Amino acid sequence: MSLWRKIRKTGRVAEPAPERPTGEAPPEAAKLGGSVQFRHVDAGSCNGCEVEIGSVFGPVYDAERYGARLVASPRHADALLVTGPVTRNMEVPLRRTYEAVPEPRFVVAVGDCARDCGVFAGAYGVAGAVGDVVPVDAEVPGCPPEPEAIIAALRRLTGR
Amino acid sequence: MTGLSSAGLSSAGLNAAGPDAVGLIATVLQVVLVVVGAPLLTGLMRQVRARMEGRAGAGVLQPWRDLRKLLRKEPIDPRGTGWPFRLAPLVLAGTALVVAAVVPLVTTASPLDSAADLFAVTALLALGSVALALGGLDTGTAFGGMGASREVTVLALVEPTILVSVFALSVRAGSTNLGTIVGLTEADPMRVLSPASLLAAVALALVTIAETGRIPVDNPSTHLELTMIHEAMVLEYSGPDLALIEWASAARLTVLLGLLGSLFLPWGVATGGAAGMGALVAVLVGVAAFAAKTAVLGMLLAAGEVFMAKLRLFRIPELLAGSFLLALLAVAASYFLAGGA
Repeated sequence: MSLWRKIRKTGRVAEPAPERPTGEAPPEAAKLGGSVQFRHVDAGSCNGCEVEIGSVFGPVYDAERYGARLVASPRHADALLVTGPVTRNMEVPLRRTYEAVPEPRFVVAVGDCARDCGVFAGAYGVAGAVGDVVPVDAEVPGCPPEPEAIIAALRRLTGR
Repeated sequence: MTGLSSAGLSSAGLNAAGPDAVGLIATVLQVVLVVVGAPLLTGLMRQVRARMEGRAGAGVLQPWRDLRKLLRKEPIDPRGTGWPFRLAPLVLAGTALVVAAVVPLVTTASPLDSAADLFAVTALLALGSVALALGGLDTGTAFGGMGASREVTVLALVEPTILVSVFALSVRAGSTNLGTIVGLTEADPMRVLSPASLLAAVALALVTIAETGRIPVDNPSTHLELTMIHEAMVLEYSGPDLALIEWASAARLTVLLGLLGSLFLPWGVATGGAAGMGALVAVLVGVAAFAAKTAVLGMLLAAGEVFMAKLRLFRIPELLAGSFLLALLAVAASYFLAGGA
């Protein structure tokens, strides 16, 4: 009963949806028709980006209302959400995850490390940026990127 | 209103064709309703959850958008999989479709009424589950095997409970035909309040939750492979195969909720007593009643899920054993109390 009162009192926490982001979407993304399932791959991140991705799919930003959803298997996914510089250990798993996604497939590189290795550039355990291992369709800059920026990148794919 | 007027146009031909034609129309309507409505029910339940969790939600149509997209995607046969993997989605969707056609959701006067047998329906549901479990095993992955073993464990506890709890209702009807049971309850609504019927209702509700993989037995939106039951079996499916499986899961949920509604809240189900226009109106009332009952039951289930966490896997047999006990008590009550009344 106390939970019921809490639900009544809290009401909606999701913030009003911002304007639809401008900017070009990958041409193939139109085929998805407002439904994009994401598989998150941590290729060697410090988990700063994971916290932001967690809040993107949380109640306040609520990415699900734009048709985006996190799934448990790359076979169910349309796009990969890759964070962190690609470490030597994650190079092959990342490539194999990409190959497991059925066509049409997309890759979103989230955070500065995923774009250009960030502060880890040149470190002995780093194999390269995400773009060196798999083709990248969208990038989200920031260290860590703000949830609004990640949402904008997801919405360009879902088109909603 | 358009539905009523178009039905009126064709009623002249129906009067000549007799009640069989009305039954056929009702059955076709019922199948179409389940095929189109099942993803909408899933969307409605997700939307109820989203609103209660303070989120805006993706909208009721989102499962249909997901299915449309999955149908356009590339099908993949993972290396090393054979015919059980490829056949499982078809068997699962096929059995769901047959069950949707035979179960008395809209009408009890369906031409397939003789097939609407308690044992046949339970066996069809089990056939779908076993096919999917074999498909999960066929992938040869750790999670596929784990999910299949868990699904079969739950299945072994669920199927007897479905049989026994509906058996408690069939004792008084003197028949295992679902249409007869529903018709008899509709003729005498006070039967619903008898102890046997109430016990059977609780047992069947628990079993419906377990069979369709909802909280607290399984979490349909989990990302943790170690806690999965249903999801773990379908991890390797993609594209159109996954679309079939997701549609079939939604259809099974719709049919089981509809069956629960028909057995314990049978008002509105067409019985085929009337003729001509009266029968058509009864069918339309049946359609509206089925849609309303299933939507309300689905919303109640979704709201209940918000207040609950998933049970530990090892506690699930205790829950299901409890529901089996209720079903057994229902059968006992229907024998002992029927003698007194």
